[in-house]
Amino acid sequence: MKRARAEILSTRKIGAYQSITLVAPEIAERSRPGQFLAIAMPEGREFVLRRHFSIHQASRRGGWAGTLEFVVDPASGAGTGWLAGAIAHEFLDVIGPLGKSFSYPKRLTNCLLVAEGRGAASLFFLAQELVARHKRVDMILGGSTLETVFKPIDAKRLAQTVAVMTADGSLGERGGVLDALPDAIARAEAEVVYAVAPAPILVAVASFCRTNRLPAQVAVEERMGCGFGLCNTCAVPVARKDRSGYDNLRACIDGPVFDPARILWDRWLDGTQAAPATEPVGTIPGGGDGA
Amino acid sequence: MTAAPSLTVDLGGMILPTPVMIAAGCGGTGRELGGLVDLRRVGAIVSRTITVAERVGSDVPRIAESPAGVVWETGLQNPGLDVFVAGELLRIARGGAQIVVSIGGTSLEEYVRMTSALQGRPEVAAIEIHLSGPDDELDRPVLGAHQDRLFEIVGAVARMSLVPVFAKLPGASDDIVTLARTAVRAGATGVTLLASPPALGLDVTRGRPRIGTVRGWLSGPALKPITLRAVFDVAQAVPGVPVIASGGIRTGEDAVECLLAGAWAVQVGTATLTDPSAAVTVAQGIARRLKAARLASPAELRGRLRPQEPSGADADADPDPVPAP
Repeated sequence: MKRARAEILSTRKIGAYQSITLVAPEIAERSRPGQFLAIAMPEGREFVLRRHFSIHQASRRGGWAGTLEFVVDPASGAGTGWLAGAIAHEFLDVIGPLGKSFSYPKRLTNCLLVAEGRGAASLFFLAQELVARHKRVDMILGGSTLETVFKPIDAKRLAQTVAVMTADGSLGERGGVLDALPDAIARAEAEVVYAVAPAPILVAVASFCRTNRLPAQVAVEERMGCGFGLCNTCAVPVARKDRSGYDNLRACIDGPVFDPARILWDRWLDGTQAAPATEPVGTIPGGGDGA
Repeated sequence: MTAAPSLTVDLGGMILPTPVMIAAGCGGTGRELGGLVDLRRVGAIVSRTITVAERVGSDVPRIAESPAGVVWETGLQNPGLDVFVAGELLRIARGGAQIVVSIGGTSLEEYVRMTSALQGRPEVAAIEIHLSGPDDELDRPVLGAHQDRLFEIVGAVARMSLVPVFAKLPGASDDIVTLARTAVRAGATGVTLLASPPALGLDVTRGRPRIGTVRGWLSGPALKPITLRAVFDVAQAVPGVPVIASGGIRTGEDAVECLLAGAWAVQVGTATLTDPSAAVTVAQGIARRLKAARLASPAELRGRLRPQEPSGADADADPDPVPAP
């Protein structure tokens, strides 16, 4: 974990989102899929905390070596809106990479990646790493409208098959990512499932995987204060391994990637549903409420 | 004569390298800050508040931004005294900063047991008593808001403790000066002013509370003027007693204001969540100010504030700041 004053190399609109590329070699070379960044807001009365974004790309070699890309949803609040309006050559105060990354399967080969909305940003990074390890990758991408489905064309280059689901049917099939899950698992002969989405979708993915005895990893979204383990506010109730109860683990340090079978979803979801729709302060990695 | 001013302060026997500490609940568990700040340059770290038994913590969401602040509640999540002493305490100590252990409880017995367990631990530089929780024995919502209980608990901890004891007084009190006097009479080395005041955050669009427990606490820059007033009043009332300012301190200037108001040291909490090196940059800010004012130590800032005359005796020199049109 490093703190850097990172220059914005470029910023571009991708559908409903803004994608920002930073020059931050020290952070980029350590970054792995599922990890995130904590970005300081400008001085001002509205902004007290950093905002947190999952890493979409971290280039360690080639022409883009030393750069990092993350994706923001300008509609999700004033702080994120400010970031979406930032221009090239401005500098950001960035801490990262933060959190635990997804782990790659050693023996299993067929991986299904499921994402809703901006959550897809970190799964593209994961897909690249999986493909580089000779795994088969299939994807399900969802969103409320075609604008909020993240990079469906690029997904087709990485994945064997891509199912696109929108709530209004403006792109791909009408419906949610869960509707596509059974078919996609069968088609891909999936052996492991990765998901990034708002909690209600993750619950259903977790339950489906448990029923079908599929190992899964999910990256949760929970409100964070700091992002590096100090404030103990991004709690996720996770069952202890010896089944003697649960611990409120920190999504920032102990997560954001968890084994969904060990999350106490009912306990956790009660709280997450109380979170306001408008300002996902420090939610990771998806942020937007998706559908 | 350009020697750099020394930032060392003596808080009733606890000698700190700088007067800037990391406030309770914002310093991590000994693993988090290492790569982000040189802890040997931090005045001291106050541990998260520890209780006798483990506390699993409150439901999420636990934090929400508010104007110039955050509303939060963690439910004093901590592993319990024994696990803390065996692991977290030693880990924080390895970082190189001095450690103030924050102890919390709902009965006198709990405070006594905690103090007893911390006695003789070489890692513990001081104890800070968290007094904002409920009082189970007397069935009161805020334990430290009443003189009788404050005297009893602070007295018991101070009598047993071999290290300095600071009472962190509740953040919403009718009479902070009386509470501070009570804590000092009971044997406290000094007082920390103030704990976070109770707060509520609401979300209009959903018609729901912003945090899981509904009720929470306010922290952040919004608190600074409240902190200054409490520090000022208490420093005037009990001169010679170490006062630690906590609440809303983010910059070196904020800290200097607190020192001018009478504080001996300051704590940074919420600022550390945004800038993990805040305790160091605030100390650097104090050093710059001392150098500019040609002062040798933070203690010399204390008492440099002269209250204005209450009547218009000096009216010519002090015109109305908002003149009539």
